[in-house]
Amino acid sequence: MSALVKLIDVSKRYGHAAALHPTNLSIERGKTTVLIGPSGCGKSTLLRLIIRLIEPDSGRIDFAGEPISPDNIDSLRRRIGYVIQEGGLFPHLTARANVLLMARHVGKSQEEMQTRLREMCELTRFSGNLLPRYPVELSGGQRQRVSLMRALMLSPELLLLDEPLGALDPLVRASLQNDLKEIFARLGHAVLFVTHDLAEAIYFGDEIVLMNEGRIVQKGTVSDLRERPADAFVSEFINAQRGIATV
Amino acid sequence: MNRIRKAGKEEIVGSGNQESRNWDSSILFFLVFWLPDFLLIFSCVPIFLIHSASAAPAVIGSKKFTESYVLGEIAKHVLSDAGIPVEHRQGMGGTIILWQALRGGQIDAYPEYTGTITQEILKTGDASSLEQIRESLAMFGVGMTEPLGFNNTYALVMRRSEAQRLGVRTISDLRKHPGLKIGLTHEFLDRQDGWQPLRERYALPQQNVIGIDHALGYSALANRSIDVKDAYSTDAKIEQNDLVVLQDDLQFFSKYEAVFLFRQSTRPDAIAALRRLEGTLDERRMIRLNAEAERTKNYTNAADLYFNVGAPRPSGHSGPSHFGESFPHKLARWTLRHLQLAGFSLLLSVIFGIPLGIVASRGGPIGQAILGFASIVQTIPSLALLALLVPLPFFGISVRTAIAALFLYGLLPIVRNTASGLQDIPRSLRESAIALGLSPRTRLWEIYLPMASRSILSGIKTSAVINVGTATLAALIGAGGLGEPILSGLNLNDHVTILQGAIPAALLALLVQWFFDLLDRVLIPQGLRL
Repeated sequence: MSALVKLIDVSKRYGHAAALHPTNLSIERGKTTVLIGPSGCGKSTLLRLIIRLIEPDSGRIDFAGEPISPDNIDSLRRRIGYVIQEGGLFPHLTARANVLLMARHVGKSQEEMQTRLREMCELTRFSGNLLPRYPVELSGGQRQRVSLMRALMLSPELLLLDEPLGALDPLVRASLQNDLKEIFARLGHAVLFVTHDLAEAIYFGDEIVLMNEGRIVQKGTVSDLRERPADAFVSEFINAQRGIATV
Repeated sequence: MNRIRKAGKEEIVGSGNQESRNWDSSILFFLVFWLPDFLLIFSCVPIFLIHSASAAPAVIGSKKFTESYVLGEIAKHVLSDAGIPVEHRQGMGGTIILWQALRGGQIDAYPEYTGTITQEILKTGDASSLEQIRESLAMFGVGMTEPLGFNNTYALVMRRSEAQRLGVRTISDLRKHPGLKIGLTHEFLDRQDGWQPLRERYALPQQNVIGIDHALGYSALANRSIDVKDAYSTDAKIEQNDLVVLQDDLQFFSKYEAVFLFRQSTRPDAIAALRRLEGTLDERRMIRLNAEAERTKNYTNAADLYFNVGAPRPSGHSGPSHFGESFPHKLARWTLRHLQLAGFSLLLSVIFGIPLGIVASRGGPIGQAILGFASIVQTIPSLALLALLVPLPFFGISVRTAIAALFLYGLLPIVRNTASGLQDIPRSLRESAIALGLSPRTRLWEIYLPMASRSILSGIKTSAVINVGTATLAALIGAGGLGEPILSGLNLNDHVTILQGAIPAALLALLVQWFFDLLDRVLIPQGLRL
């Protein structure tokens, strides 16, 4: 087992409220780990700690064996792709400019960028004709595909997705779920996927990490969670979403 | 006694720079016609600054009321008759501004009153003799001529016919006529050296005393609503309304002898020329000159009257006079200077305002301090801001001061809009920029500033319109611009002259608005305009 990211006793407080109690977690290469739990359980906090949008109060996070620190975070961020709910596209840049932003910043050549852009369009099933459009001219699903291209542009080792499909209508969501799963399989990256939807977690997750009130309650496959719940909360959470979870 | 009363009369009103998006074709034509000039003007601002620093001629200043303008013109005339190149900076505002300008060397001489010198400049009280005043002034490197011959102090006036009928010649004579109705300016009613002590000194019996505006008081006198009012002893209205000044037989009012103050380092021939005016102007004559100035709306004419009636006017060199200019030429000169003032100050506001706004957007005590400072500056009345800047070494009475004041006024909208534009960027987008791994510098230049561009540009637009409007105040310290006709029009109560400045200023404000609307299309990224 080769862990790409290791959280060691990482915690985070906001004032008196603990957003994340001291937590240990490994994210394996080539696997999709899904963080799931009710709103405010600390799953987004955990993700944001890894990309260092927030600083941990205690503990250490290793990336490929190297502790993440303010000194190396900028170069590490280029090895991590990050997609958020609404896509986080910059409204003043076209789809193409959004996707190429980082590649230009690190000085990739024109040809290299064009080749990679074509690959990405093909991978995410995004029509090249739409590249000159601005984000407001794209649909929600198209925006998420552009956001994914932007995240994957520099071939990251880790892909962080924070409820990437949360704001989409069900049909678009279903087709993107299919495409995403295919993309994860083709790339074989480490993926950390945050959702509050159990069906989505089961669909994507090689490993499901259930969180509640700033703590990891249980890790495992969906059958672990269903058949050997660690406590009453796990059963309750699973049962609440049973209707779709049995699909 | 000081001259607040005069300042009250000549208050500055705004110049009509309302924003408007309602264009009609004639304005559009005007704008299209002017746009190239506008750009050209911006590009030559630095040249003009260099040029203005090397002024060689003797400079006469004057305060912003008729008599001071006329005396300034007379001084200009007498100096240019003596072959000295001379410039008259008209209507530079109040005593403090003129005094500072004289000490700072921005002007060489200006007309002043002995009462004002003792009360406001030297603050030594009333009893000083001319010699004592002269000695005190010498400590500041300032000289004083002998009195010009008239005393412009407070006075009580009556209709000539009524005064003759009742046999009233002096203030003491009023005691015999307790039924006379007295109308006084509110200020004179309240002054420590005004109505109350005057009534006690003369034991005046009149009960019927009302407060009335100075200008309205003359109408009230004419239609017999009142019989006696306060005035300045050389007020042109005295002659125009056929009034008489009652003699101050108990010497209640302080002396306000007119003199010229000059820098002792001024070239001696200029001082000698000014001295020729000593003792040549009595009250009757000054009243006539003031009346002429107000009647013809032309100070040079009024000043010429002095030379025609008095000393023979020698032929020869005559200084450059703006009064001979054609109106389009004057308008072009005012407008050009106005744009230079507003344009250069705006440039400074942008250069300093955007970085300050960026710092302020980060919040914390420094951000609060920046926004606080910019807000406080905005609340200082413009006249007060000018008065605060003038005593500072670098500024004085100069174009620099006007630009600095306009710069400070232009700062707040830019700082605030930059800060709020940046703060309004959604957190998710800020975090996306960080998570991508962009450097702080790239984040600012390629993400945050373009996203805030609409807000920043609208701040700049607000500043520009404010600056075009406020630049009219530059005329107060002799920096020119469209405020020049507005100020002299206000003083002369001449609406045409006021409009000659106010209408172009309003049009300029519209032009600026339109120019920046165009700029929006160029500078705001297309993706933000969809």
